Amino acid sequence: MTLSAPGPARNLPQYGALIAVLLANWLLFPDFFAIRLQDGRLFGSLIDVLNRGAPVALLAVGMTMVIATRGVDLSVGAVMAISGAIAATMTGAGWSLPAVLAASLAAGLLCGLWNGVLVAVLRIQPIIATLILMVAGRGIAQLVTEGQIVTFTSPALAFIGSGSFLTVPMPVVLTIVVLAVTALLVRATALGLMIEAVGVNRLSSAGAGVNTPVVLVAVYVWCGLCAAVAGLIVTADIRGADANNAGLWLELDAILAVVVGGTSLLGGRFGLVLSVVGALIIQAMNTGILLSGFKPEFNLIVKAGVLLVVLLLQSPTLTLFLPRPKGARPIGTVKPPVAPTSGGAKP
Amino acid sequence: MTGALQRFLPLIVTTAVLVVGFLICAAQFPNFASWRVVANLLTDNAFLGITAVGMTFVILSGGIDLSVGAVIGFTTVLLAVLIEHGGWHPVPAFAVALIAAGGFGAAMGGVIHVFQMPPFIVTLAGMFIARGLGFVLTTDSVPINHPLYGELNDMALRFDFGLKLSLPALLMLGVVAAAVVLAHWTRFGANLYALGGNRQSAELMGVPVARTTVAVYALSGLLAGLAGIVFSLYTGAGYSLAATGVELDTITAVVIGGTQLTGGYGYVVGTFVGVLIQGLIQTYITFDGTLSSWWTKIAIGVLLFVFILLQKGLLTVWAGRGGEPAEA
Repeated sequence: MTLSAPGPARNLPQYGALIAVLLANWLLFPDFFAIRLQDGRLFGSLIDVLNRGAPVALLAVGMTMVIATRGVDLSVGAVMAISGAIAATMTGAGWSLPAVLAASLAAGLLCGLWNGVLVAVLRIQPIIATLILMVAGRGIAQLVTEGQIVTFTSPALAFIGSGSFLTVPMPVVLTIVVLAVTALLVRATALGLMIEAVGVNRLSSAGAGVNTPVVLVAVYVWCGLCAAVAGLIVTADIRGADANNAGLWLELDAILAVVVGGTSLLGGRFGLVLSVVGALIIQAMNTGILLSGFKPEFNLIVKAGVLLVVLLLQSPTLTLFLPRPKGARPIGTVKPPVAPTSGGAKP
Repeated sequence: MTGALQRFLPLIVTTAVLVVGFLICAAQFPNFASWRVVANLLTDNAFLGITAVGMTFVILSGGIDLSVGAVIGFTTVLLAVLIEHGGWHPVPAFAVALIAAGGFGAAMGGVIHVFQMPPFIVTLAGMFIARGLGFVLTTDSVPINHPLYGELNDMALRFDFGLKLSLPALLMLGVVAAAVVLAHWTRFGANLYALGGNRQSAELMGVPVARTTVAVYALSGLLAGLAGIVFSLYTGAGYSLAATGVELDTITAVVIGGTQLTGGYGYVVGTFVGVLIQGLIQTYITFDGTLSSWWTKIAIGVLLFVFILLQKGLLTVWAGRGGEPAEA
């Protein structure tokens, strides 16, 4: 069983890009790989990349599966804001940590369920279905916090953002746990195959006996849960909830991470680990730009440049002219006659 | 249901919502039903309306343009830098801004067509680039103090019965009128609907797909540039973070206006009404004074949901009559 779908050759660009960005950072900043242990927690630029990349990586895990079903979830940023708002408000009101966590995650689950029902049952185009919650969600989050920036002092909740487990920062631990659980769910069962089947052709997969509404709802619910965890991390990290700005535009970063990770927006095969690698590439670039003393203003342009290069490499027009490894197909153009995960994911 | 009624039903419903909404507001606040409120509604939403017209064309062609908000922001910064730092006269600066914005849109359209990439992601990259270029020019908010700006802001068309239309409002009304003509009485408009309805059929019928795709994104960029000029007039400044989230407001207006996001069906006038409905909600909340601003977002979200459901319902009815299958 492999975690990322097709053969190893296809993953090389992503890992290569991550290594290249990290090496570039190292050249600019010789101490980049220096890691030290202090007060029982690891510190260093590399740890910082992992830690700061955690929220987008979490979103990317959920987003990957949504995109694999040929959908997209624009509401994840707003869901982060809702989950963070609930956590901060309830903690401020004196609720215990388990209750707070349960309520925040339940909110994420409900948001995902709403999106899933719109897409699967009412058959609304995913961009539009999730646009509703993207617009209204921030309003709901502000409703919860009553427009204030709610802060709290509870060390128990703050631990999720700034604590550490076996010297590893909690956001990184949580991301690894969510990634592992997700990978187990989709790759150790036939679920991953079903998700890819729905993405390639919803009608055919329904004809082949896949319960498409259930698969779609499950995927959006999982995406909502991932977003809720990301929202908890961000709120716990800053010890407060800002309904206006928490997770703002992170949906775009998450989509970017998934695309950089090589999952096609046209649905079908997906790579969870590669999406996380994509999120880390983006974060490593952000850190690199900051370390190099470039103005952070260039950040967006560099991001756009990377996005365009990755897209060009995936473009059907361009791949026609490139030598192609045996058996590989231009992504998204030709529907393979066999199951889309020819290289891996055998249950 | 007759054919014409069926075709115009979403438009009729949207317009009815606007009228009923306005009547509710007027019943609740005695000062609401005044020409001043109407004029402000038009002026305050002028940049949104102009942008939404471009977005309607893009969506009619089956695409989407996420870069418009960033292009507005970039245009305001470019104008401020040219006029205040470069000492340019505003008129050539306007021309340069429009050419830059239109060219930017055309480039995105070209990339979308040539490399067959999803418009969603290409225009997302365009959004990053336009915002980034704005940041690179300056991260400060630069006030524009040229005397022409004051003169343009004082310009207004006054009617005897009390309506006073500002320059932004007039520009928006002009753009909407021109867009209606372009969409319904020109070859370009027909090509656009054909392309959005079914790209392959359009290609087989001889619609110049490449030219139409590039033109529609160029038009959207151009109108976003014009909206940027209006925005800089309205705020009297250039700021690279201006108009964040406008792409969503415009898409919302287009959807509320009854245009289908899958392309090929919809009306520019509907979008205009959709913009006014959003403006009306905001005005209502301002008038009320006790409601918090977040109710705007929730109300717009609910409206969006209701209109999408309405569209789905209509499509299902049509499909039942042997029309196109309703897969959206």
